[in-house]
Amino acid sequence: MSTLELKKEKKVMTGNHAVAYAVKLSKAQIISAYPITPQTSIVEKLSEFIEKGEMNARIIKVESEHSALAAVYGAAIAGARAFTATSSHGLLYMHEWVHWFSRARIPAVMAVVSRTIGPPWNIWPDHSDFMDQRDSGWIMSYAMDNQEVFDLVIQAFKVSEDPSVYLPAMVGLEGFILGGTSMPVEIPEENSVLDFLGERRQPYSVADEIISVGNLTSPEETEQIQMGIQNAMGRAREVIKKVDEEFGRVFGRSYGGLASCYKCGDAKYVVVTMGAWSGDALGAIDLLRDNGIDAGLLRIRYVRPFPIEEVREALSNARLGIVFDRSLSFGGFGQLYSDIASSIIGSGTKKNLVNVISGLGGVNISSDDFVQAIKSIIESYESEGYVHPFLWYHQGEVMKYQHIKT
Amino acid sequence: MSSATDGKGILVVPACCTSVVVGTAPKTSMRMPIVHVPFASAAAVASGLREALLVRGLEDKQVIVWAGDGGTADIGMASLSGAAEKNADIIYIMYDNEAYMNTGIQRSSSTPRGAWTTTTPIMGKTEPKKDVSRIMISHDVPYVATASIAYPHDFYNKLQTSLKIRGFRFIQLHSPCPVGWRFDDSLTVDVARMAVETGMWILYEYKNGVIEISNPSRYLIQQNKFKPIEEYIKIQGRFASVDENTLKGLYEYRNRNIEFLNKLAK
Repeated sequence: MSTLELKKEKKVMTGNHAVAYAVKLSKAQIISAYPITPQTSIVEKLSEFIEKGEMNARIIKVESEHSALAAVYGAAIAGARAFTATSSHGLLYMHEWVHWFSRARIPAVMAVVSRTIGPPWNIWPDHSDFMDQRDSGWIMSYAMDNQEVFDLVIQAFKVSEDPSVYLPAMVGLEGFILGGTSMPVEIPEENSVLDFLGERRQPYSVADEIISVGNLTSPEETEQIQMGIQNAMGRAREVIKKVDEEFGRVFGRSYGGLASCYKCGDAKYVVVTMGAWSGDALGAIDLLRDNGIDAGLLRIRYVRPFPIEEVREALSNARLGIVFDRSLSFGGFGQLYSDIASSIIGSGTKKNLVNVISGLGGVNISSDDFVQAIKSIIESYESEGYVHPFLWYHQGEVMKYQHIKT
Repeated sequence: MSSATDGKGILVVPACCTSVVVGTAPKTSMRMPIVHVPFASAAAVASGLREALLVRGLEDKQVIVWAGDGGTADIGMASLSGAAEKNADIIYIMYDNEAYMNTGIQRSSSTPRGAWTTTTPIMGKTEPKKDVSRIMISHDVPYVATASIAYPHDFYNKLQTSLKIRGFRFIQLHSPCPVGWRFDDSLTVDVARMAVETGMWILYEYKNGVIEISNPSRYLIQQNKFKPIEEYIKIQGRFASVDENTLKGLYEYRNRNIEFLNKLAK
């Protein structure tokens, strides 16, 4: 089916409801989740779909997030398309299962509605819950707006169930900023998504064969399993791009795969972001361009697999890369910065790169904030010839982290 | 178990001695699919598995959890309670060897009072054994039973009974561990039998809201023919440091348990 023939409907909905609609249209058969702010309205909406008879699925209302992902695993290894959603402490509570899932190479999808980590109790978003999972072997994507939330959830099922991948996939979105904010979302007709996805695929099923899953093995085989995940991640790069293109042909929207670029081509200064504040950063790029500053934006869409090639390409002509992280590996750097630095080192080129930590704990960052921070960094770089590698942008001020010598 | 389930069983095993006993991947010593899962989550995995079988139209398969006392009474208690409260359609078998044996004999909440373990090395455990079956009865699930490896027919019959019932079913199987309880391997069945004969372990079934004491224990209760608890503890090294006060505590525990079961028994 081509995008011209497809019946579509635009509805105004929150990011959380966009997740629920995508899960419904993907024909997930088993849902299991435990309520946590700001995720809860996803599982409430799915419960409503199921109880109204609009969705043919079963929902397991478990007593914790640890059990939620465990139940999703049980369903998935028995051959069901399964889904869960969580946030923050809920995600941390299920962290053991996040790892177990990918090592079992079982496809499933989870939405992570980002919220910072306590203490103090704080329900506002940053990326610390999501980024804490980046070593777990999941395909990890992060949305910029509610339409992309909807599209990424469907694509997550497709990528996860691809035989050359067979890894679980999580889709991130900031709570409240996307999760609780209404925007127009285009919803295609009921069966078009299932046509796009096809039937459930997975490497094995305990309901259909006598096998043992997860029992003791040798160190060598354990190492091979982990090498296998890394290789699947490598293949996933191509699968993600292919799925993004195919999605574009059917539904009319493509995003450029693992990362998307805005005016990177001739940019002297490439700003890097991920998530909802990329919308504000896009506005900032236009404002900077209006002021004669050749800036571009590289938006990271997938944290895993990391867009190594895309990063190298986007930064190839830039004088300076300015990486905004909304989470931090304490004692090190922002996680995006670390991966971008690693990606560039491998390309053999020397590149100036600065890490800006901002927006933690839900601190709001506007387009004007981006303009102010970026201008200040560029000015200092052009006048002094170098820039401190680790900066805070806090309450309107760019500050050096004092504990790194330059 | 594979014969009782007639090839229709799928086993879910959290971290426990069985994780090791069934052998290394990709082979297995069981003639049924086995899903090994992290410690705290066996009942939740089984619930999800069962729901997937239902949506796929594979109702005739049976999902069975096989878990130790640590994975049941302690770290797995929340997920167990969650699955029981929702009446998940699974059979949960707790093989109770009364300590964390896989990690090398540390106390569990299912360890009886007075027992030596490596984390109760001098005094023995000072608290009484947690009664998980009674907790399951409090969930008002369709079926709860206690069993013992010394009475295999009784256990097999209970397994068969549970297979014919739908909803959450729980069997607590008393399983002495020679290494952890400090007795010679050859006495394993004798020790298990002595637990029943002294009333330290009572065999019963809970069905339709009523407790029925199983034959081996019923006669002992009716005739008050229990052997002295001393006979049970003297054949196990783990009870070597039990003093008079602790022994009194064990008697009280046993008598209260009998009293409780008598009240609910038909």
